[in-house]
Amino acid sequence: MSTTMIMPIMRRPKMEIGRRLLAAYTGLVIIYTMIPIAVMIVFSFNIAPNGRVALKWLGFTLAAYRHAFGIQDLTGALINSLIIGVGSAVISIILGTPLALALTRYNYRAKTTTDIVIFADIAAPAVVVGASLLSLFLELNIPRGLITILISHVAFNVAFAVVVIRARMTGLDRSLDRAAADLGATPWVAFWSVTMPLILPGIVGAGLLGFAMSIDDLIITNFVAGQTLTFPLWVYGATKIGTPPQVFVLSTLIFAGGVGLAVINSLINRRADRRRQG
Amino acid sequence: MRRLSRNLAPYLLSLPSWVYLAVFFVIPLGSMLGLALATGDPLDGYVMSDNFSEFSLAFSQYHAEFLRSFIYGAISTIITLIIAFPVAYWIAFYGGRNKSTYLFLLVLPFFVTFVIRVLAWEFILSDQGFVLGTLKNLGLIPQTAHILSTQWAVIGGLVYNSLAYYVLPLYVALEKIDRRVVQAANDLYATPAIAFTRVIIPLSAPGIFAGFLLVFVTNVGDFVNAFILGGPGTYMIGNVIQDSFFDNQNYPLAAALSSMLMFLLMIAIFLYAKAFGTDTIQDYAA
Repeated sequence: MSTTMIMPIMRRPKMEIGRRLLAAYTGLVIIYTMIPIAVMIVFSFNIAPNGRVALKWLGFTLAAYRHAFGIQDLTGALINSLIIGVGSAVISIILGTPLALALTRYNYRAKTTTDIVIFADIAAPAVVVGASLLSLFLELNIPRGLITILISHVAFNVAFAVVVIRARMTGLDRSLDRAAADLGATPWVAFWSVTMPLILPGIVGAGLLGFAMSIDDLIITNFVAGQTLTFPLWVYGATKIGTPPQVFVLSTLIFAGGVGLAVINSLINRRADRRRQG
Repeated sequence: MRRLSRNLAPYLLSLPSWVYLAVFFVIPLGSMLGLALATGDPLDGYVMSDNFSEFSLAFSQYHAEFLRSFIYGAISTIITLIIAFPVAYWIAFYGGRNKSTYLFLLVLPFFVTFVIRVLAWEFILSDQGFVLGTLKNLGLIPQTAHILSTQWAVIGGLVYNSLAYYVLPLYVALEKIDRRVVQAANDLYATPAIAFTRVIIPLSAPGIFAGFLLVFVTNVGDFVNAFILGGPGTYMIGNVIQDSFFDNQNYPLAAALSSMLMFLLMIAIFLYAKAFGTDTIQDYAA
């Protein structure tokens, strides 16, 4: 609809040039965002003297890939990251889904306050969230480790889970679960058989976002980790003494896996959409 | 009985998250304030007091880092906005069927963890790396030329890492604009420049402000870019907080500094919420 309406403007030659320039500019920005990723991938195949990534191209090798898991604490740190990523994503979905349901379906007194807290949780700077959680753990004498990292990651992932799941619920047709209720379904049954399948894409999306946020986080984790290392923490600790090539190798493998999953997911969704339309 | 359970339902559904956020988000902010006011040391423990001196000390000693953080935060956010707006505009208005592909390409770097993205820039920009090193070998720039350890390296790192966080809210706002409004401006003989400044910019304001808030707050509190890409002259308040907690173990000072940072940023967040409401930020946050 909209494209046909703006056709006359687009035909003006001046506008046409502007559009082309904008398209080229967008392409350049996308290339710019890829530069560090390309550097990481290319240098994961570089010869690494003394087990450190070299600044110059010294020649192609697969040595670091053959010993991808050769550094024990780095592999351990990666496993910690995966455990915390999955754990915090699952817990934040379990906590966030009922709250998202309450916020979309009911008008209740504490709604505005809840909104403000969720908003503050998202907007609060990581350094403050990390410092405040560390203050709490120090005051209560809770030893820092895997559990405190998990607790902290859930604390920021819950807010994102609520926002993502809520966005999905807002678009839902309420008449479907009213129909379920008319047909004698209890709210519990109606939720699991009608609402749940419909909001599932939102829940999966919230889970993936939570996992990604958790794996990505360095600042909050750094405050609450104690002696435990996650993948980003290990890399951060090694920055000033030189980065072993395994860091780039593991990160390249995660990148390839993540992109692969995302592409498969979008292909499945596209096919499902087509089937629904056709 | 049934009515009672219906009235209670939203509270029961909210309860688990409320408890969690109260214990692990709201209360910690209070304990941070408490720690800032405490006296003692890490070995003998802390005694609660009303020792406000830590705050004045924190400010008099570290106002340069505070100021620097806010300046870097503001400059990097403005540059990010300038880079991101045309991209979001083109994708929203002319992206056609491939809109989601373009957005996906922009978030692609997030599949690599934050610290490695910063590390890769350290590689690219290093004094003998393949950019500066090659230029130096060709004699195009003096041997002493460097980018790392300067404020522009830190600001550049902040801009790079916030780009997608700004494109997304801008895209959401621009996408919502009714094309007929733009068409009407054109029909009324508005030049493209006037249509842009008087129609498109005002209508995308919520996205501009939501993105500004998210990016600015994130960048003011960042210490990773300054640590990896910067030098001693570019330390930000996040670096000081980090060092006071872990290197000097001066917990009250660290807590006082982060309480002050939180207070300053809360003012910004509060002003935003007053102006645009809390619903809008949720539209743009994720």
